[in-house]
Amino acid sequence: MSAPAPVRRGSGPHDGGPHRVDFGRPTRVVRGFGGRTSHRLDLRTLTACAALLLVALATGVVALTTGDYPLSVPQVLQALVGAADGPVHMVVVEWRLPRALMALVLGAALGASGAIFQSLTRNPLGSPDILGFSTGAYTGALVVIMLLGGGYAGVAAGALVGGVVTAGVVYVLAYRRGVQGFRLIVVGIAVSAMLASVNQWLIIKADLETAMTAAVWGAGSLNGMTWAQAAPACVLALLVALPLLWLAPRMGLLELGDDAAAALGLGTERTRLALVVVGVALTALATAAAGPIAFVALAAPQLARRLTGSAGVRVLPAAAMGAVLLAASDLVAQRAFAPTQLPVGVVTVSVGGAYLVWLLVREARK
Amino acid sequence: MALSDTVTAPRDASPRADHEPAAGGRGVDRLHAEAVTIGYDDRVISSALDVTIPDGSFTVIVGPNACGKSTLLRALARLLKPSQGQVVLDGRSISSIPAKEVARRLGLLPQTSIAPEGITVADLVARGRYPHQKLLQQWSREDEAAVVGALEATGTTSLSGRLVDELSGGQRQRVWVAMVLAQETPILLLDEPTTFLDIAHQIELLDLCADLNRERDRTIVAVLHDLNHACRYATHLIAMKDGAIVAEGAPGDVVTAELVEDVFGLPCRIIDDPVTGTPLVVPEGRPRRA
Repeated sequence: MSAPAPVRRGSGPHDGGPHRVDFGRPTRVVRGFGGRTSHRLDLRTLTACAALLLVALATGVVALTTGDYPLSVPQVLQALVGAADGPVHMVVVEWRLPRALMALVLGAALGASGAIFQSLTRNPLGSPDILGFSTGAYTGALVVIMLLGGGYAGVAAGALVGGVVTAGVVYVLAYRRGVQGFRLIVVGIAVSAMLASVNQWLIIKADLETAMTAAVWGAGSLNGMTWAQAAPACVLALLVALPLLWLAPRMGLLELGDDAAAALGLGTERTRLALVVVGVALTALATAAAGPIAFVALAAPQLARRLTGSAGVRVLPAAAMGAVLLAASDLVAQRAFAPTQLPVGVVTVSVGGAYLVWLLVREARK
Repeated sequence: MALSDTVTAPRDASPRADHEPAAGGRGVDRLHAEAVTIGYDDRVISSALDVTIPDGSFTVIVGPNACGKSTLLRALARLLKPSQGQVVLDGRSISSIPAKEVARRLGLLPQTSIAPEGITVADLVARGRYPHQKLLQQWSREDEAAVVGALEATGTTSLSGRLVDELSGGQRQRVWVAMVLAQETPILLLDEPTTFLDIAHQIELLDLCADLNRERDRTIVAVLHDLNHACRYATHLIAMKDGAIVAEGAPGDVVTAELVEDVFGLPCRIIDDPVTGTPLVVPEGRPRRA
């Protein structure tokens, strides 16, 4: 039997302009290189992401110009290109810039990680915070602080290892002929609860000074961020996020259910594992760099989804929203009670709490 | 279909425990299973099963609950790996063919699928194009044309921009069929596509499948639980019981009162459907307890 009669009409000339499938939303098709590449762009998502990036940039500018030494925008721009004198350069490039950049990058990493897990578990509560990875990272960091005295690099390494090992344990425990979303959440909550008690015990056993260090780290803070810390974190975040270029479209297929996804030719377990690895790496990175920052991964994907009106959570809008959330939170943490600097984790917890209340009220109304 | 008539020679109507491969020879048929043993975990559902799907046929698999028909379909669709034997597609073992390649030749409508919240009809149907897409080729003209065609064939073009959540059960099932159609595969596997549909929508869907089989040369393999629908639409019927094939062939040749009583435990009378002339099962008395 030769190829079946195709189920289609003859195609007309449509290049980059309006197309014949009505997606119910403004969409633009871009085809190039003589038809060898083609992409479908959702305009609402694109504008939402652009708007979020602009807001994120604006927040960054505010972070660079305000503070104990208020500067003007031209001064900041001068410093960025290296044309400013000593004190201004130091304030902008060495103090404020690494922190502002880290807020954006880590926020994006957390947002993306949240999107990945919420898509995999098909649950808006499927967040790395809840699944125990941040708690595990805290355990790793605590172990380093207790045993090795806690320099930045050591604590970061401990957090990374703790987060990754916890993720591995949760994945293995949740695996039964594949990993289903519900099991992952339940196992994650259980492991998280056990590790939280371990963390409490470690803090209780430590001496006061160590406990204070641990508690401060545990709140999640971008205070004192230098280039020595920010540069490797940013580079790593970009590298880890690279596979998302081809993994993100597959996320949409997994959302159709395992059977439908497999029937379309997707290796479901492999793709899921790859997504889990990237998601955990992003969270572990953020936690290692700044301590566990709660609620960004939980709230960013859902808020972004409401903005773009997309089907399911999407990585790029979630990352953009995460960047905005963390940058804004860090700004509030620095300025709201000046000269006292709050840990950014405190602000995100407050905002996150409000978000959860709003979510509950909305669900109850349905 | 002339092809399936020559391939399945007329048989006497007595049920049999095992069957012979189609007389036309395996070279003609694209999809078949050779001595497969399939099951879940340690539970074996079917043992050393031989099945041939005649090319260009509308094959329907029927049988009582838990007889292994969905399991067989999943094995044919490459979702379930046989512990022994192999499923063969186009002369090669299906597990040796890359998944995306299989997805270009075989489409499956699973029993349960989840529509992501807030997805539009066109977006869902467009996801069926994944086997044909690459990293840089995400929406080619072929993709677009296939989706347009699939929407048209299922009569869902007017629903194109609407949310799948807002549709009725019948409309939603048609949208899922459109997604499988957009895959543009010569072979279509449908796992109980008419469950949860009212009778009008059931007939509508089966008529669509019959059109696809006759006018657009698709080979269709469907698991149906309604025996009368199966008799009416199938060109090739496979009756299963306890994981084994009991009878196989054109409905007119195969469906007898003895077969129905043997497979389903239901005493009945077989008459000719006044509209189509195919066998019509009329229950008589109480079902025998299994």
